[in-house]
Amino acid sequence: MDQRIKPAPVRKSVRVNASPQKAFDVFTAGIGRWWPKSHHICKADLDTHVIEPRTGGRWYERGVDGVECDIGKVLVWEPPARLVLAWQLNPDWTFDPDLITEVEVLFIADGANATRVELEHRNLERMGERADAMRQQIDSPNGWGALLQLFAQTVSQERSAS
Amino acid sequence: MANANALFAALSDPTRRQVFERLQSGGRSVGEIARNLPVSRPAVSQHLKVLKDAGLVSDRAEGTRRVYYIDPQGLAAVRKWLDQFWDVALAAYAEEVERSSGES
Repeated sequence: MDQRIKPAPVRKSVRVNASPQKAFDVFTAGIGRWWPKSHHICKADLDTHVIEPRTGGRWYERGVDGVECDIGKVLVWEPPARLVLAWQLNPDWTFDPDLITEVEVLFIADGANATRVELEHRNLERMGERADAMRQQIDSPNGWGALLQLFAQTVSQERSAS
Repeated sequence: MANANALFAALSDPTRRQVFERLQSGGRSVGEIARNLPVSRPAVSQHLKVLKDAGLVSDRAEGTRRVYYIDPQGLAAVRKWLDQFWDVALAAYAEEVERSSGES
């Protein structure tokens, strides 16, 4: 099948009662305090998250065992107005140095001491391109064909068990 | 990462699976999918909605028709997952901004 669907970027907006500088600081330096603990890529439980404060800086998480796992890097560091991160996780949730999807975050002053934070996660189609590239070497588990196979196996197992 | 249970639940209905399989050879409209299926067009639309919510199928307007596709790489499911993830993450972020603003 050569049909290709380009997913629209994920766009989110949230308004916070703080200056753009404060909002920027909490997003970056404070990411370890708000990133959902349930979402981690290291084997161990999440200890903290780090965004190194410079263009080219690393974005990684650290497990409670001290092991660091890369998520991506800082592409644009322009406090307090703009941040662009590279999200380099594949759909199967592993770090891929050759994959770059962009997360752009804008911090826009919205009245006195309030900020509108606009987030866009884009280039999601690149995840598919990387999946294609890997499928040439190994049969990727990400495609729907594999999903149907898995489904068929599950159904037949349930049938034979009952 | 895409919720496998939701995907399996979406495909567990035999008619829905037929609807899904009809899209394997390319995009089709509701009318084309319903042809030769023993269910009504509204029923097909309902099945398509479930498949879409599970991230298995995407749709887009082509002229006056709405055409449904299987996402060959499951990216619709990935996108849906990220969409929900950023909702959760940004809500937690906003809470943390309020909390730390109260301190200073």
